[in-house]
Amino acid sequence: MLEVRDIHKTYEGQILLDGVSFGVRSGEIVCLLGESGSGKSTLLRIIAGLEPCEAGKVYWNGTDMSVIPPHKRGFGLMFQDYALFPHRTVAENVAFGLRMQNLPKEDIEAKTLEALRAIRMEAFADRPVTELSGGEQQRVALARALAPNPRLLMLDEPLGALDHSLRLQLMEELREVLHASHKPAIYVTHDREEAFAVADRLLILHQGVIVQEGTAKELYEQPANAWIAGFLGLGNLVPGVVNALEPLSVQTALGNLQANAHGQRFTIGDPCSLLLRPKDAMIESVSNGLDTLHGVVQDCVFMGDYYKLEVEAGGQKLSIYSGDPFPLGVGLGFHFLPEKVLCLPSQSQK
Amino acid sequence: MKLPGNKRVLRAGLLWLLPAAFLLVFFYQPLLAILRLAFSPAFEGGWQGISTVQVLKPLGFTLWQAALSTLLTLLVGLPAAYLFSHFDFKGREALRLLSLLPFILPTVVVAACFNTLLGPRGWLNLGLMALLNLPEPPIHMLQSLPAILLAHVFYNTAIIIRLVSSAWSRLDQKLVHAAQMLGASPWRAFREVTLPLLLPSITGASLLVFLFDFTSFGVVLMLGGPQFATLEVEIYTQALYMLNLRLAAVLSLVQLACTLLVAWLQSRLSQLRYGKAALSAERANLRPPRSTAEKAFIGVMVVLLVLLILTPLLSLITRSFVTLEAARGERGQIQTGFTLRYYQELFQNRTGSLFYVPPITAVRNSLIYAMLTVLIATILGLLGAYALNQPWKANRILEPFFMLPLGASAVTLGLGFLVAFRQPAWSGMPFPLLIPIAHALVALPMVIRTLLPALRSIPGSLRQAASTLGADEQRVFREVDLPLLLRPLLVSMVFAFTISLGEFGASSFLSSAQTPTIPVAIYRYISQPGALNYGQALAMSSLLLVVCAAGIFLIEKIRLPGEELY
Repeated sequence: MLEVRDIHKTYEGQILLDGVSFGVRSGEIVCLLGESGSGKSTLLRIIAGLEPCEAGKVYWNGTDMSVIPPHKRGFGLMFQDYALFPHRTVAENVAFGLRMQNLPKEDIEAKTLEALRAIRMEAFADRPVTELSGGEQQRVALARALAPNPRLLMLDEPLGALDHSLRLQLMEELREVLHASHKPAIYVTHDREEAFAVADRLLILHQGVIVQEGTAKELYEQPANAWIAGFLGLGNLVPGVVNALEPLSVQTALGNLQANAHGQRFTIGDPCSLLLRPKDAMIESVSNGLDTLHGVVQDCVFMGDYYKLEVEAGGQKLSIYSGDPFPLGVGLGFHFLPEKVLCLPSQSQK
Repeated sequence: MKLPGNKRVLRAGLLWLLPAAFLLVFFYQPLLAILRLAFSPAFEGGWQGISTVQVLKPLGFTLWQAALSTLLTLLVGLPAAYLFSHFDFKGREALRLLSLLPFILPTVVVAACFNTLLGPRGWLNLGLMALLNLPEPPIHMLQSLPAILLAHVFYNTAIIIRLVSSAWSRLDQKLVHAAQMLGASPWRAFREVTLPLLLPSITGASLLVFLFDFTSFGVVLMLGGPQFATLEVEIYTQALYMLNLRLAAVLSLVQLACTLLVAWLQSRLSQLRYGKAALSAERANLRPPRSTAEKAFIGVMVVLLVLLILTPLLSLITRSFVTLEAARGERGQIQTGFTLRYYQELFQNRTGSLFYVPPITAVRNSLIYAMLTVLIATILGLLGAYALNQPWKANRILEPFFMLPLGASAVTLGLGFLVAFRQPAWSGMPFPLLIPIAHALVALPMVIRTLLPALRSIPGSLRQAASTLGADEQRVFREVDLPLLLRPLLVSMVFAFTISLGEFGASSFLSSAQTPTIPVAIYRYISQPGALNYGQALAMSSLLLVVCAAGIFLIEKIRLPGEELY
């Protein structure tokens, strides 16, 4: 349906988007994940037609959209801070897009009511939007964007302005509404949890290009490089150099560790990073001969189902999870199974 | 608990005491004198000397010309506001400064500017006479409504630009984009989103312009003529030439009622109704032009603004250096071309001169008055701002008490002083000393309007932080308030200085033949025949223009970014 091809954009002399291409299929929710300032919002605005780009095109069902002004594209955009019209009531905000379609008055009223009902805010219809709480504003913005029945919905950090607990609650709601609408959607966020919860497919934008795409599970299990693993917060990253193949062995500050290449090709001498997930750490009472690591417990935090230990080993700080608490300052032996240690290229290979 | 409370009340009273006493004596007493004059049954002649027509005719004309002027000002000001709030182009800053200059210019200077452009001895007529070989000036634009309107547009475009472009540049562009994403065409998005959100600013700015046009005195007096009497001019004429003080008093009250009504409307309608929801960071919307249409728009607007603002200013300055053969009624040697004579003559005390003193004395007088004005207005303004900034319930009553002088025109003030202080009880007071007091009253609202927002923007937590760190109250003032208030304080001082230098309405009532101020001298010279008188008026106007230009430049330099001027 939507196809974005080779978008280039510079902003104040800096390259922001350096050839971004991707597609969105019918009914699919694609999540664009990237750090703040990575050009995610700009990309949305380019797709919306609100901002020009230096090169590249946006196609809808094969039609080039570049000559079509924003108001005729039929794309909906939910803005980061909602951009609700402060001079209009909740209902008037929701009805705005319907009015632009010059529908009969009764239709507008009926559809507005329907949209307000969907977000359970029909009681708020005549309130000024300036009196709403953040969560209420977010819901009105969503209803407003969906009401005119856009062909594509774009959401720019829709939960970014909310506090944590409200965010979790509204994330569920948003997911339901998006899936129920069966609309193709592009969801922009910098939050991994949000992206994992909402998206059918994720795109990771870094340094102006999409560095990896896949489902949440794929990204979690096989991040393409160390930067992505760090950005997604998958675990401890320990830099090292490949010093043996078959089996793959990496020299790090923690010593030589055997690792899993997971389909990636390495040669001896390659710089790389090892991903040591906290939950995979196995704490041992007696050494078992495997690559045992030794560290000193520096912090022990009760997390509910487990304890999170901060352990210093070989000059590195590692987080590991443990079923039992440890006193501070105590020495600890632990290891990771080689197949669970993921070896990742340090640099993104473009 | 009781003692500190009492102490606070005492200090509150002290803060109020000086400004309140000053206002009571120098504003409310003259106002009362005007009231008494208007309604006292014992007044000789009674009400017979006054007919309704005498009040309604100037009132009608004042409203008409003010409405027309405001409309024309909007016609120029709104596109200019769009220009300054949306586009980044070469010379933008210079053009913006230039467009702000007229606001601070004294009325007499503006009148002189247009006189040198459009008057019988002005460039346009001289050019046409030379070109077409005409014996008489072909254009008779002075003494006409268009001249008044043109001067008013020249004057007040700055207000529209300032207020509307500041609102427009901070209008969250995302709202417009949201409308477009919901299917609104650019024009529809403007109508449905931009316009309603800008309306409070546009209304507020328009009413302010209307207020200035309504109370315009110098421009109408010098560019209009007897048949174009606004309330202000009529008050002046009735009081000083017809000696009908009662009619002048009645007109003053009508005027005061009107200005108060407009000022009230202005403060009601211009409030930001939607809070911060519609605001983004300032300058966020600025960008270079993209399409040819945008470039053309910028070109047209730049030419228009330069023509409107720069031409009259340059016309004045160049004309002040040129003598002409065509000058009639001038005896003695006739020179043509470039001359410094008008400036040199300022230092001469000629027999047959309009004053008994050399014209440069007017400059000296004005400077002394201006410095006194700065002193009075700053002290009172600072005290007043502090008093108004206190969280007292009484301020609800006291604030209008303080802001009322804003509604009184300078001419009304002059009339009030004339009536109140030309009485035996005050005969000991040297009359010219009333001039800086009147000027301070004119400047005071501006000073308070500059200081109060600055004072309010100092978070209370700053002072609390300072006192928890061990600073006593005096120290807090010295180390927190004063450094933060320094710039606004300087701005208000420059304002007071330039306002005093250019003040004409009250001065025309209060200055005597021996103690003219610059604007009074300019007015008297320019309305006399003779190239020398005309030239001297232009020379003095040019000097005043330069001082005011320096003033606005200084204000822009020391003003904190993002602060509003009015």
